[in-house]
Amino acid sequence: MMADLTDLGVAAIRDGVAQGTFSALEVAEAFNANVAAAGALNAFIVTTPELAIAAAKSTDARRIKGEALGLMGGVPIGMKDLFATKGVQTTAASHMLEGFIPEYESAVSQKLWDAGAGMLGKLNLDQFAMGSSNETSYFGNVISPWRRKDGGNAAMAPGGSSGGSSTAVSARLAPAATGTDTGGSIRQPAAFTGISGIKPTYGRCSRWGIVAFASSLDQAGPMARDVGDCAIMLEAMAGFDPKDATSLDMAVPRWEAGLNADLRGKKVGVPIEYRMDGMDPDVAASWDQGIAWLKDAGAEIVEISLPHTKYALPAYYIIAPAEASSNLARYDGVRYGLRELPDGAGLQDMYAATRAAGFGPEVKRRILIGTYVLSAGFYDAYYTQAQKVRTLISRDFAEAFTKCDVILAPTAPTAAFGLGEKSDDPLAMYLNDVFAVPASLAGLPAMSVPAGLNREGLPLGLQIIGRPFDEQGVLNAGLAIEARAGFVARPERWW
Amino acid sequence: MSVDTATVAKIAALARIKVSEAELGAMVPELNGILAWVEQLAEVDVSGVEPMTAVIENHLRLRADVIDPDPLTGGGKRDAVLANAPAALDGFYGVPKVIE
Repeated sequence: MMADLTDLGVAAIRDGVAQGTFSALEVAEAFNANVAAAGALNAFIVTTPELAIAAAKSTDARRIKGEALGLMGGVPIGMKDLFATKGVQTTAASHMLEGFIPEYESAVSQKLWDAGAGMLGKLNLDQFAMGSSNETSYFGNVISPWRRKDGGNAAMAPGGSSGGSSTAVSARLAPAATGTDTGGSIRQPAAFTGISGIKPTYGRCSRWGIVAFASSLDQAGPMARDVGDCAIMLEAMAGFDPKDATSLDMAVPRWEAGLNADLRGKKVGVPIEYRMDGMDPDVAASWDQGIAWLKDAGAEIVEISLPHTKYALPAYYIIAPAEASSNLARYDGVRYGLRELPDGAGLQDMYAATRAAGFGPEVKRRILIGTYVLSAGFYDAYYTQAQKVRTLISRDFAEAFTKCDVILAPTAPTAAFGLGEKSDDPLAMYLNDVFAVPASLAGLPAMSVPAGLNREGLPLGLQIIGRPFDEQGVLNAGLAIEARAGFVARPERWW
Repeated sequence: MSVDTATVAKIAALARIKVSEAELGAMVPELNGILAWVEQLAEVDVSGVEPMTAVIENHLRLRADVIDPDPLTGGGKRDAVLANAPAALDGFYGVPKVIE
Protein backbone atom coordinates (compact mmCIF):
# COMPACT_ATOMS: atom_id res chain seq x y z
CA MET A 1 0.00 0.00 0.00
CA MET A 2 1.50 3.31 -1.02
CA ALA A 3 1.53 6.39 1.13
CA ASP A 4 -1.58 8.57 1.19
CA LEU A 5 -1.75 10.26 -2.20
CA THR A 6 -3.20 13.39 -0.59
CA ASP A 7 0.15 13.92 1.17
CA LEU A 8 1.72 14.56 -2.23
CA GLY A 9 2.24 17.96 -3.78
CA VAL A 10 2.04 19.13 -7.40
CA ALA A 11 5.46 17.91 -8.55
CA ALA A 12 5.13 14.51 -6.87
CA ILE A 13 1.68 13.94 -8.36
CA ARG A 14 2.67 15.09 -11.82
CA ASP A 15 5.81 12.94 -11.83
CA GLY A 16 4.10 9.93 -10.26
CA VAL A 17 1.31 10.02 -12.84
CA ALA A 18 3.78 10.48 -15.70
CA GLN A 19 5.84 7.51 -14.47
CA GLY A 20 2.79 5.34 -13.88
CA THR A 21 3.46 4.94 -10.14
CA PHE A 22 -0.24 5.71 -9.67
CA SER A 23 -2.99 6.91 -11.93
CA ALA A 24 -4.44 10.39 -12.12
CA LEU A 25 -7.80 8.80 -11.36
CA GLU A 26 -6.52 7.42 -8.05
CA VAL A 27 -5.24 10.88 -7.15
CA ALA A 28 -8.51 12.59 -8.03
CA GLU A 29 -10.52 10.04 -6.05
CA ALA A 30 -8.29 10.46 -3.00
CA PHE A 31 -8.66 14.25 -3.00
CA ASN A 32 -12.38 14.06 -3.77
CA ALA A 33 -12.75 11.88 -0.66
CA ASN A 34 -10.87 14.40 1.48
CA VAL A 35 -13.01 17.23 0.11
CA ALA A 36 -16.20 15.31 0.81
CA ALA A 37 -15.12 14.63 4.40
CA ALA A 38 -14.19 18.24 5.16
CA GLY A 39 -17.56 19.97 5.07
CA ALA A 40 -16.89 21.34 8.56
CA LEU A 41 -14.14 23.59 7.17
CA ASN A 42 -16.53 25.18 4.65
CA ALA A 43 -13.63 25.65 2.24
CA PHE A 44 -15.70 24.99 -0.89
CA ILE A 45 -18.80 26.78 -2.14
CA VAL A 46 -19.43 24.05 -4.71
CA THR A 47 -17.56 20.81 -5.20
CA THR A 48 -17.06 19.31 -8.65
CA PRO A 49 -15.79 15.76 -8.08
CA GLU A 50 -17.04 14.75 -11.54
CA LEU A 51 -14.82 17.38 -13.19
CA ALA A 52 -11.77 16.19 -11.24
CA ILE A 53 -12.52 12.62 -12.33
CA ALA A 54 -13.07 13.58 -15.97
CA ALA A 55 -9.79 15.51 -16.13
CA ALA A 56 -7.96 12.62 -14.47
CA LYS A 57 -9.37 10.08 -16.92
CA SER A 58 -8.33 12.29 -19.79
CA THR A 59 -4.78 12.50 -18.39
CA ASP A 60 -4.64 8.73 -17.88
CA ALA A 61 -5.85 8.17 -21.46
CA ARG A 62 -3.22 10.54 -22.83
CA ARG A 63 -0.54 8.70 -20.91
CA ILE A 64 -1.57 5.37 -22.43
CA LYS A 65 -1.34 6.95 -25.87
CA GLY A 66 2.12 8.30 -25.02
CA GLU A 67 1.06 11.95 -25.27
CA ALA A 68 2.55 14.79 -23.25
CA LEU A 69 0.59 15.31 -20.02
CA GLY A 70 1.29 18.99 -19.47
CA LEU A 71 2.86 21.00 -16.65
CA MET A 72 0.04 20.07 -14.27
CA GLY A 73 -0.87 16.71 -15.81
CA GLY A 74 -2.99 14.69 -13.39
CA VAL A 75 -3.01 17.34 -10.63
CA PRO A 76 -6.45 18.16 -9.20
CA ILE A 77 -6.71 21.69 -7.82
CA GLY A 78 -9.10 23.99 -6.02
CA MET A 79 -10.27 27.08 -7.91
CA LYS A 80 -10.96 30.27 -5.96
CA ASP A 81 -14.56 31.20 -6.67
CA LEU A 82 -13.45 34.50 -8.16
CA PHE A 83 -12.46 32.85 -11.47
CA ALA A 84 -15.26 32.41 -14.00
CA THR A 85 -15.66 28.73 -14.79
CA LYS A 86 -17.87 27.79 -17.70
CA GLY A 87 -20.93 25.91 -16.57
CA VAL A 88 -19.97 26.02 -12.88
CA GLN A 89 -21.46 28.60 -10.50
CA THR A 90 -19.15 31.56 -9.91
CA THR A 91 -20.18 33.79 -7.01
CA ALA A 92 -17.23 35.80 -5.64
CA ALA A 93 -18.79 34.54 -2.36
CA SER A 94 -21.61 37.05 -2.82
CA HIS A 95 -25.38 36.84 -2.77
CA MET A 96 -25.24 39.16 -5.78
CA LEU A 97 -23.78 36.42 -7.98
CA GLU A 98 -25.45 33.43 -6.35
CA GLY A 99 -26.60 31.18 -9.17
CA PHE A 100 -24.43 32.90 -11.79
CA ILE A 101 -23.25 30.26 -14.27
CA PRO A 102 -20.62 31.76 -16.58
CA GLU A 103 -20.82 31.13 -20.30
CA TYR A 104 -17.07 31.42 -20.56
CA GLU A 105 -13.88 30.27 -18.84
CA SER A 106 -11.38 32.66 -17.25
CA ALA A 107 -8.02 32.87 -19.03
CA VAL A 108 -6.07 31.55 -16.02
CA SER A 109 -8.35 28.60 -15.29
CA GLN A 110 -8.36 27.67 -18.99
CA LYS A 111 -4.56 27.63 -18.96
CA LEU A 112 -4.59 25.32 -15.95
CA TRP A 113 -7.01 22.90 -17.62
CA ASP A 114 -4.91 23.04 -20.79
CA ALA A 115 -1.89 22.12 -18.63
CA GLY A 116 -3.65 18.96 -17.45
CA ALA A 117 -5.09 20.09 -14.12
CA GLY A 118 -8.59 19.13 -12.98
CA MET A 119 -11.04 20.98 -10.77
CA LEU A 120 -12.07 19.71 -7.32
CA GLY A 121 -14.44 22.62 -6.77
CA LYS A 122 -14.87 26.35 -6.28
CA LEU A 123 -13.26 27.71 -3.13
CA ASN A 124 -14.83 30.04 -0.62
CA LEU A 125 -13.35 33.51 -0.13
CA ASP A 126 -14.12 36.88 1.34
CA GLN A 127 -17.00 38.47 -0.53
CA PHE A 128 -15.66 40.06 -3.74
CA ALA A 129 -12.20 39.32 -2.23
CA MET A 130 -12.73 42.07 0.35
CA GLY A 131 -11.48 40.85 3.70
CA SER A 132 -8.53 39.39 5.56
CA SER A 133 -10.19 36.55 7.50
CA ASN A 134 -12.76 35.00 5.17
CA GLU A 135 -15.54 36.27 7.44
CA THR A 136 -17.29 38.37 4.78
CA SER A 137 -18.41 35.45 2.58
CA TYR A 138 -22.13 35.19 1.97
CA PHE A 139 -21.63 31.43 2.18
CA GLY A 140 -20.26 31.45 5.71
CA ASN A 141 -16.84 31.58 7.33
CA VAL A 142 -14.08 29.27 6.22
CA ILE A 143 -12.53 27.63 9.27
CA SER A 144 -8.79 27.08 9.36
CA PRO A 145 -7.71 23.50 10.00
CA TRP A 146 -5.18 24.92 12.49
CA ARG A 147 -5.92 25.33 16.16
CA ARG A 148 -4.05 26.97 18.98
CA LYS A 149 -1.98 24.58 21.04
CA ASP A 150 -3.83 25.66 24.20
CA GLY A 151 -6.12 22.65 24.27
CA GLY A 152 -9.10 24.82 23.30
CA ASN A 153 -10.92 24.47 20.06
CA ALA A 154 -11.46 28.11 19.08
CA ALA A 155 -12.13 28.37 15.33
CA MET A 156 -9.20 30.17 13.70
CA ALA A 157 -9.27 32.47 10.68
CA PRO A 158 -7.67 30.97 7.55
CA GLY A 159 -6.72 34.47 6.38
CA GLY A 160 -8.29 36.24 3.46
CA SER A 161 -9.39 36.79 0.97
CA SER A 162 -8.13 33.43 -0.37
CA GLY A 163 -9.22 31.60 2.82
CA GLY A 164 -10.84 28.64 1.08
CA SER A 165 -7.63 28.19 -0.92
CA SER A 166 -5.37 28.31 2.15
CA THR A 167 -7.58 25.94 4.12
CA ALA A 168 -7.93 23.48 1.24
CA VAL A 169 -4.18 23.24 0.68
CA SER A 170 -3.16 23.08 4.35
CA ALA A 171 -5.88 20.51 5.18
CA ARG A 172 -4.84 18.27 2.25
CA LEU A 173 -8.12 18.79 0.40
CA ALA A 174 -6.11 19.90 -2.64
CA PRO A 175 -2.41 19.79 -3.48
CA ALA A 176 -2.66 23.37 -4.74
CA ALA A 177 -5.21 26.10 -5.37
CA THR A 178 -5.51 29.36 -7.21
CA GLY A 179 -5.53 32.59 -5.28
CA THR A 180 -5.81 36.24 -6.14
CA ASP A 181 -3.97 39.03 -4.38
CA THR A 182 -5.10 42.65 -4.36
CA GLY A 183 -3.47 43.72 -1.10
CA GLY A 184 -2.16 40.49 0.39
CA SER A 185 -4.93 38.00 -0.35
CA ILE A 186 -2.54 35.22 -1.40
CA ARG A 187 0.32 35.91 1.01
CA GLN A 188 -1.52 36.53 4.29
CA PRO A 189 -3.72 33.40 4.10
CA ALA A 190 -0.67 31.35 3.04
CA ALA A 191 1.17 32.62 6.12
CA PHE A 192 -1.80 31.88 8.41
CA THR A 193 -1.99 28.25 7.29
CA GLY A 194 1.64 27.23 6.85
CA ILE A 195 1.71 27.01 3.06
CA SER A 196 3.45 28.88 0.23
CA GLY A 197 1.92 31.36 -2.18
CA ILE A 198 3.22 33.82 -4.74
CA LYS A 199 1.72 36.93 -6.23
CA PRO A 200 3.61 37.51 -9.47
CA THR A 201 4.45 40.85 -11.06
CA TYR A 202 1.28 42.76 -11.96
CA GLY A 203 0.35 41.70 -15.50
CA ARG A 204 1.93 38.21 -15.46
CA CYS A 205 -1.43 36.47 -15.13
CA SER A 206 -4.39 37.53 -17.20
CA ARG A 207 -7.22 39.15 -15.28
CA TRP A 208 -9.72 38.16 -17.99
CA GLY A 209 -12.53 36.25 -16.35
CA ILE A 210 -11.55 37.11 -12.76
CA VAL A 211 -14.33 38.96 -10.94
CA ALA A 212 -12.82 42.44 -10.64
CA PHE A 213 -12.13 44.10 -7.28
CA ALA A 214 -9.40 46.74 -7.83
CA SER A 215 -8.10 46.38 -11.36
CA SER A 216 -4.75 48.14 -10.91
CA LEU A 217 -3.90 45.77 -8.06
CA ASP A 218 -5.65 42.44 -8.75
CA GLN A 219 -3.27 39.64 -9.66
CA ALA A 220 -3.69 35.87 -9.65
CA GLY A 221 -1.16 33.39 -8.33
CA PRO A 222 -0.72 29.86 -6.99
CA MET A 223 -0.99 28.61 -3.42
CA ALA A 224 0.67 25.27 -2.72
CA ARG A 225 2.60 23.30 -0.14
CA ASP A 226 6.05 24.31 -1.25
CA VAL A 227 8.03 26.72 -3.36
CA GLY A 228 8.68 24.27 -6.18
CA ASP A 229 4.97 23.57 -6.56
CA CYS A 230 4.30 27.31 -6.71
CA ALA A 231 6.90 27.64 -9.48
CA ILE A 232 5.26 24.90 -11.53
CA MET A 233 1.75 26.20 -11.13
CA LEU A 234 2.72 29.82 -11.78
CA GLU A 235 4.29 28.69 -15.06
CA ALA A 236 0.96 27.14 -15.99
CA MET A 237 -1.05 30.23 -14.99
CA ALA A 238 1.09 33.03 -16.44
CA GLY A 239 1.35 34.29 -19.98
CA PHE A 240 0.32 37.05 -22.34
CA ASP A 241 -3.37 37.48 -23.01
CA PRO A 242 -4.55 40.09 -25.52
CA LYS A 243 -7.95 40.12 -23.78
CA ASP A 244 -6.39 41.89 -20.76
CA ALA A 245 -5.11 45.37 -21.62
CA THR A 246 -2.56 45.24 -18.77
CA SER A 247 -1.27 41.75 -19.57
CA LEU A 248 2.51 41.61 -19.95
CA ASP A 249 3.61 40.64 -23.43
CA MET A 250 6.62 38.69 -22.21
CA ALA A 251 7.67 35.06 -22.45
CA VAL A 252 6.93 32.97 -19.35
CA PRO A 253 10.26 32.02 -17.75
CA ARG A 254 10.86 28.38 -16.84
CA TRP A 255 10.73 29.07 -13.14
CA GLU A 256 10.77 25.45 -12.02
CA ALA A 257 13.91 24.66 -14.04
CA GLY A 258 15.52 27.85 -12.74
CA LEU A 259 15.06 27.07 -9.04
CA ASN A 260 18.33 27.52 -7.16
CA ALA A 261 18.65 28.00 -3.41
CA ASP A 262 22.28 29.09 -3.61
CA LEU A 263 22.17 32.83 -2.87
CA ARG A 264 25.90 33.55 -3.02
CA GLY A 265 26.42 36.93 -4.65
CA LYS A 266 22.85 38.02 -3.87
CA LYS A 267 21.90 40.88 -1.58
CA VAL A 268 18.87 40.68 0.66
CA GLY A 269 17.38 43.96 1.86
CA VAL A 270 15.84 44.27 5.31
CA PRO A 271 13.58 47.34 5.48
CA ILE A 272 14.04 49.27 8.74
CA GLU A 273 10.53 50.73 8.60
CA TYR A 274 8.95 47.28 8.80
CA ARG A 275 10.35 46.78 12.30
CA MET A 276 7.49 48.51 14.01
CA ASP A 277 7.00 49.47 17.63
CA GLY A 278 5.20 46.80 19.60
CA MET A 279 5.91 44.15 16.99
CA ASP A 280 4.78 40.65 17.94
CA PRO A 281 7.92 39.08 19.48
CA ASP A 282 7.39 35.74 17.73
CA VAL A 283 7.05 37.51 14.37
CA ALA A 284 10.19 39.55 15.08
CA ALA A 285 12.09 36.40 16.06
CA SER A 286 11.00 34.57 12.92
CA TRP A 287 12.14 37.52 10.82
CA ASP A 288 15.57 37.42 12.52
CA GLN A 289 15.69 33.69 11.90
CA GLY A 290 14.90 34.29 8.22
CA ILE A 291 17.76 36.78 7.98
CA ALA A 292 20.10 34.17 9.46
CA TRP A 293 18.86 31.52 7.03
CA LEU A 294 19.43 33.72 3.98
CA LYS A 295 22.90 34.61 5.27
CA ASP A 296 23.55 30.88 5.59
CA ALA A 297 22.41 30.48 1.96
CA GLY A 298 25.23 32.82 0.96
CA ALA A 299 23.38 36.11 0.68
CA GLU A 300 24.70 39.40 1.94
CA ILE A 301 22.21 41.19 4.21
CA VAL A 302 21.83 44.93 3.76
CA GLU A 303 19.68 47.39 5.63
CA ILE A 304 17.36 49.33 3.36
CA SER A 305 14.81 52.10 3.84
CA LEU A 306 11.29 52.28 2.44
CA PRO A 307 10.40 55.67 3.93
CA HIS A 308 6.74 55.82 2.85
CA THR A 309 5.81 52.44 4.30
CA LYS A 310 3.40 53.84 6.89
CA TYR A 311 1.36 55.53 4.16
CA ALA A 312 0.90 52.41 2.04
CA LEU A 313 -2.11 51.06 3.91
CA PRO A 314 -4.08 54.33 3.99
CA ALA A 315 -3.28 54.89 0.29
CA TYR A 316 -4.49 51.37 -0.44
CA TYR A 317 -7.74 52.00 1.42
CA ILE A 318 -8.45 54.92 -0.88
CA ILE A 319 -7.29 53.40 -4.17
CA ALA A 320 -8.79 49.92 -3.77
CA PRO A 321 -12.26 51.11 -2.67
CA ALA A 322 -12.23 53.76 -5.43
CA GLU A 323 -11.59 51.12 -8.06
CA ALA A 324 -14.05 48.74 -6.40
CA SER A 325 -16.83 51.32 -6.40
CA SER A 326 -16.32 51.71 -10.13
CA ASN A 327 -15.94 47.99 -10.90
CA LEU A 328 -18.93 46.95 -8.82
CA ALA A 329 -21.19 49.45 -10.56
CA ARG A 330 -21.85 46.65 -13.06
CA TYR A 331 -24.08 44.78 -10.59
CA ASP A 332 -27.37 46.38 -11.49
CA GLY A 333 -29.93 43.57 -11.49
CA VAL A 334 -30.24 43.78 -15.26
CA ARG A 335 -27.52 41.79 -16.98
CA TYR A 336 -26.69 38.99 -14.57
CA GLY A 337 -26.89 38.15 -10.91
CA LEU A 338 -29.49 39.09 -8.34
CA ARG A 339 -32.51 41.27 -9.07
CA GLU A 340 -34.65 42.79 -6.31
CA LEU A 341 -37.78 44.36 -7.71
CA PRO A 342 -40.06 45.67 -4.96
CA ASP A 343 -43.70 46.17 -5.92
CA GLY A 344 -44.14 49.26 -8.04
CA ALA A 345 -40.39 49.92 -8.16
CA GLY A 346 -38.88 51.87 -11.04
CA LEU A 347 -35.49 51.24 -12.58
CA GLN A 348 -33.53 53.36 -10.07
CA ASP A 349 -35.36 51.74 -7.14
CA MET A 350 -34.54 48.34 -8.58
CA TYR A 351 -30.82 49.18 -8.79
CA ALA A 352 -30.77 50.41 -5.19
CA ALA A 353 -32.81 47.50 -3.82
CA THR A 354 -30.73 44.94 -5.75
CA ARG A 355 -27.45 46.37 -4.52
CA ALA A 356 -28.74 46.66 -0.95
CA ALA A 357 -29.71 42.98 -0.93
CA GLY A 358 -26.80 41.64 -2.99
CA PHE A 359 -23.79 43.20 -1.21
CA GLY A 360 -22.63 42.41 2.33
CA PRO A 361 -21.63 45.08 4.88
CA GLU A 362 -17.89 45.16 4.08
CA VAL A 363 -18.56 45.44 0.34
CA LYS A 364 -21.01 48.29 0.94
CA ARG A 365 -18.52 50.01 3.23
CA ARG A 366 -15.85 49.93 0.54
CA ILE A 367 -18.20 51.02 -2.24
CA LEU A 368 -19.30 53.99 -0.12
CA ILE A 369 -15.72 54.97 0.75
CA GLY A 370 -14.78 54.66 -2.90
CA THR A 371 -17.77 56.68 -4.06
CA TYR A 372 -16.93 59.38 -1.53
CA VAL A 373 -13.24 59.72 -2.42
CA LEU A 374 -14.08 59.92 -6.12
CA SER A 375 -16.91 62.41 -5.69
CA ALA A 376 -16.72 66.01 -6.85
CA GLY A 377 -14.79 68.18 -4.41
CA PHE A 378 -12.96 65.30 -2.75
CA TYR A 379 -11.25 63.59 -5.69
CA ASP A 380 -7.99 65.55 -5.49
CA ALA A 381 -7.74 65.55 -1.70
CA TYR A 382 -8.17 61.80 -1.46
CA TYR A 383 -7.76 59.93 -4.73
CA THR A 384 -5.13 62.03 -6.50
CA GLN A 385 -3.18 62.37 -3.26
CA ALA A 386 -3.26 58.60 -2.77
CA GLN A 387 -2.05 58.00 -6.33
CA LYS A 388 0.84 60.41 -5.74
CA VAL A 389 1.74 58.58 -2.56
CA ARG A 390 1.57 55.37 -4.56
CA THR A 391 4.20 56.82 -6.92
CA LEU A 392 6.41 57.57 -3.90
CA ILE A 393 5.98 54.03 -2.54
CA SER A 394 6.95 52.62 -5.91
CA ARG A 395 10.01 54.89 -5.99
CA ASP A 396 11.02 53.70 -2.51
CA PHE A 397 11.19 50.17 -3.86
CA ALA A 398 13.04 51.20 -7.02
CA GLU A 399 15.63 52.97 -4.87
CA ALA A 400 15.91 49.97 -2.52
CA PHE A 401 16.48 47.62 -5.44
CA THR A 402 19.61 49.56 -6.40
CA LYS A 403 21.05 48.20 -3.14
CA CYS A 404 19.58 44.70 -2.97
CA ASP A 405 18.13 41.92 -5.12
CA VAL A 406 15.22 40.86 -2.92
CA ILE A 407 13.61 42.15 0.26
CA LEU A 408 12.82 40.01 3.31
CA ALA A 409 10.01 40.92 5.70
CA PRO A 410 7.30 39.24 7.72
CA THR A 411 4.15 38.43 5.75
CA ALA A 412 1.69 39.50 8.44
CA PRO A 413 2.02 41.29 11.78
CA THR A 414 0.65 38.31 13.73
CA ALA A 415 -0.18 34.65 13.33
CA ALA A 416 -3.81 33.69 12.68
CA PHE A 417 -6.42 35.13 15.03
CA GLY A 418 -9.68 33.57 16.10
CA LEU A 419 -12.80 34.03 14.00
CA GLY A 420 -14.78 36.95 15.39
CA GLU A 421 -11.82 38.51 17.20
CA LYS A 422 -11.40 41.35 14.70
CA SER A 423 -14.56 41.33 12.64
CA ASP A 424 -16.17 44.22 14.57
CA ASP A 425 -13.34 46.63 13.83
CA PRO A 426 -12.62 47.33 10.15
CA LEU A 427 -9.40 49.22 10.87
CA ALA A 428 -7.95 46.45 13.05
CA MET A 429 -8.74 44.02 10.23
CA TYR A 430 -7.12 46.25 7.59
CA LEU A 431 -3.87 46.34 9.63
CA ASN A 432 -3.36 42.65 8.85
CA ASP A 433 -2.09 43.64 5.44
CA VAL A 434 0.37 46.28 6.62
CA PHE A 435 3.40 44.32 5.31
CA ALA A 436 1.66 42.94 2.22
CA VAL A 437 0.10 46.05 0.71
CA PRO A 438 3.26 48.02 -0.22
CA ALA A 439 4.38 45.38 -2.76
CA SER A 440 0.84 45.31 -4.18
CA LEU A 441 0.82 49.07 -4.69
CA ALA A 442 4.13 48.78 -6.53
CA GLY A 443 3.02 45.78 -8.61
CA LEU A 444 5.98 43.71 -7.42
CA PRO A 445 6.28 39.92 -7.22
CA ALA A 446 6.07 38.77 -3.60
CA MET A 447 5.63 35.45 -1.89
CA SER A 448 5.07 33.99 1.54
CA VAL A 449 6.78 30.83 2.73
CA PRO A 450 6.28 29.07 6.06
CA ALA A 451 8.98 29.90 8.61
CA GLY A 452 7.86 28.07 11.73
CA LEU A 453 5.29 28.04 14.50
CA ASN A 454 4.68 30.68 17.13
CA ARG A 455 4.33 29.92 20.84
CA GLU A 456 0.65 29.09 20.28
CA GLY A 457 1.56 26.45 17.70
CA LEU A 458 0.30 28.55 14.78
CA PRO A 459 2.24 29.04 11.52
CA LEU A 460 4.20 32.18 10.72
CA GLY A 461 5.19 33.22 7.21
CA LEU A 462 8.12 35.14 5.81
CA GLN A 463 7.67 37.38 2.80
CA ILE A 464 10.10 37.88 -0.05
CA ILE A 465 9.57 40.84 -2.38
CA GLY A 466 11.39 41.08 -5.70
CA ARG A 467 12.06 43.43 -8.57
CA PRO A 468 9.46 43.66 -11.32
CA PHE A 469 9.57 40.45 -13.43
CA ASP A 470 12.00 38.74 -11.03
CA GLU A 471 9.74 35.97 -9.78
CA GLN A 472 12.78 33.71 -10.10
CA GLY A 473 14.72 35.68 -7.51
CA VAL A 474 11.72 35.61 -5.19
CA LEU A 475 11.21 31.86 -5.62
CA ASN A 476 14.92 31.16 -5.10
CA ALA A 477 15.06 33.09 -1.84
CA GLY A 478 11.85 31.32 -0.81
CA LEU A 479 13.49 27.99 -1.58
CA ALA A 480 16.53 28.91 0.53
CA ILE A 481 14.25 29.64 3.48
CA GLU A 482 12.19 26.51 2.88
CA ALA A 483 15.32 24.33 2.84
CA ARG A 484 16.42 25.69 6.21
CA ALA A 485 13.07 26.08 7.94
CA GLY A 486 12.29 22.38 7.50
CA PHE A 487 8.65 23.22 8.08
CA VAL A 488 6.77 19.93 8.37
CA ALA A 489 4.10 20.92 10.90
CA ARG A 490 0.56 20.23 9.75
CA PRO A 491 -2.82 20.63 11.36
CA GLU A 492 -4.11 17.66 13.28
CA ARG A 493 -7.28 16.40 11.71
CA TRP A 494 -10.31 17.31 13.86
CA TRP A 495 -12.91 17.82 11.12
CA MET B 1 -12.96 65.83 6.79
CA SER B 2 -15.81 63.92 8.33
CA VAL B 3 -19.19 62.87 7.04
CA ASP B 4 -22.63 63.26 8.60
CA THR B 5 -25.81 61.28 8.09
CA ALA B 6 -26.95 63.45 5.19
CA THR B 7 -23.61 63.04 3.40
CA VAL B 8 -23.62 59.28 3.81
CA ALA B 9 -27.19 59.17 2.52
CA LYS B 10 -26.06 61.15 -0.52
CA ILE B 11 -23.07 58.87 -1.15
CA ALA B 12 -25.32 55.83 -0.85
CA ALA B 13 -27.71 57.36 -3.37
CA LEU B 14 -24.80 58.04 -5.75
CA ALA B 15 -23.66 54.42 -5.29
CA ARG B 16 -27.23 53.19 -5.89
CA ILE B 17 -27.40 51.33 -2.58
CA LYS B 18 -30.59 51.60 -0.55
CA VAL B 19 -29.78 52.04 3.13
CA SER B 20 -32.16 52.16 6.07
CA GLU B 21 -32.01 54.85 8.75
CA ALA B 22 -30.56 52.29 11.17
CA GLU B 23 -27.83 51.31 8.70
CA LEU B 24 -27.00 54.96 8.09
CA GLY B 25 -26.57 55.51 11.82
CA ALA B 26 -24.11 52.63 12.02
CA MET B 27 -22.21 53.63 8.90
CA VAL B 28 -21.47 57.23 9.86
CA PRO B 29 -19.01 56.47 12.69
CA GLU B 30 -17.46 53.58 10.72
CA LEU B 31 -16.80 55.71 7.67
CA ASN B 32 -15.54 58.57 9.82
CA GLY B 33 -13.11 56.20 11.51
CA ILE B 34 -11.72 55.12 8.16
CA LEU B 35 -11.63 58.66 6.75
CA ALA B 36 -9.86 60.01 9.84
CA TRP B 37 -7.25 57.28 9.43
CA VAL B 38 -6.61 57.88 5.71
CA GLU B 39 -6.34 61.60 6.46
CA GLN B 40 -2.68 61.05 7.42
CA LEU B 41 -1.88 60.97 3.69
CA ALA B 42 -2.27 64.74 3.67
CA GLU B 43 1.00 65.09 5.62
CA VAL B 44 3.05 63.56 2.77
CA ASP B 45 4.93 66.10 0.68
CA VAL B 46 3.92 65.26 -2.88
CA SER B 47 5.13 68.44 -4.57
CA GLY B 48 6.34 67.61 -8.07
CA VAL B 49 5.09 64.02 -7.83
CA GLU B 50 2.89 62.68 -10.61
CA PRO B 51 -0.02 60.47 -9.58
CA MET B 52 0.58 56.87 -10.61
CA THR B 53 -1.29 55.79 -13.71
CA ALA B 54 0.40 52.46 -14.51
CA VAL B 55 2.02 50.32 -11.87
CA ILE B 56 4.16 48.40 -14.38
CA GLU B 57 5.18 50.25 -17.53
CA ASN B 58 3.22 48.77 -20.39
CA HIS B 59 2.14 49.89 -23.82
CA LEU B 60 -1.45 49.92 -24.86
CA ARG B 61 -1.90 47.74 -27.87
CA LEU B 62 -4.22 48.11 -30.80
CA ARG B 63 -6.09 44.98 -31.68
CA ALA B 64 -6.13 43.69 -35.24
CA ASP B 65 -8.60 45.72 -37.31
CA VAL B 66 -10.77 42.76 -38.18
CA ILE B 67 -14.21 41.64 -37.11
CA ASP B 68 -14.17 39.28 -34.11
CA PRO B 69 -10.39 38.94 -33.79
CA ASP B 70 -10.98 36.76 -30.73
CA PRO B 71 -13.95 34.43 -30.80
CA LEU B 72 -14.26 34.73 -26.99
CA THR B 73 -14.87 38.46 -27.08
CA GLY B 74 -16.41 38.89 -30.53
CA GLY B 75 -20.03 39.38 -31.43
CA GLY B 76 -22.84 37.05 -32.33
CA LYS B 77 -23.32 35.84 -28.76
CA ARG B 78 -26.75 37.14 -27.88
CA ASP B 79 -28.01 34.02 -26.18
CA ALA B 80 -24.83 33.55 -24.15
CA VAL B 81 -24.91 37.20 -23.10
CA LEU B 82 -28.52 36.91 -21.98
CA ALA B 83 -28.15 33.50 -20.36
CA ASN B 84 -27.70 34.91 -16.85
CA ALA B 85 -30.05 37.88 -17.15
CA PRO B 86 -32.66 37.82 -14.39
CA ALA B 87 -35.43 38.84 -16.82
CA ALA B 88 -34.41 38.27 -20.43
CA LEU B 89 -37.31 38.61 -22.86
CA ASP B 90 -37.45 38.16 -26.62
CA GLY B 91 -33.70 38.58 -26.96
CA PHE B 92 -33.54 41.70 -24.79
CA TYR B 93 -32.84 42.58 -21.16
CA GLY B 94 -36.10 43.19 -19.36
CA VAL B 95 -36.28 46.17 -16.99
CA PRO B 96 -39.11 47.94 -15.17
CA LYS B 97 -40.93 50.51 -17.27
CA VAL B 98 -38.94 53.76 -17.36
CA ILE B 99 -41.22 55.88 -19.60
CA GLU B 100 -44.75 56.65 -18.44
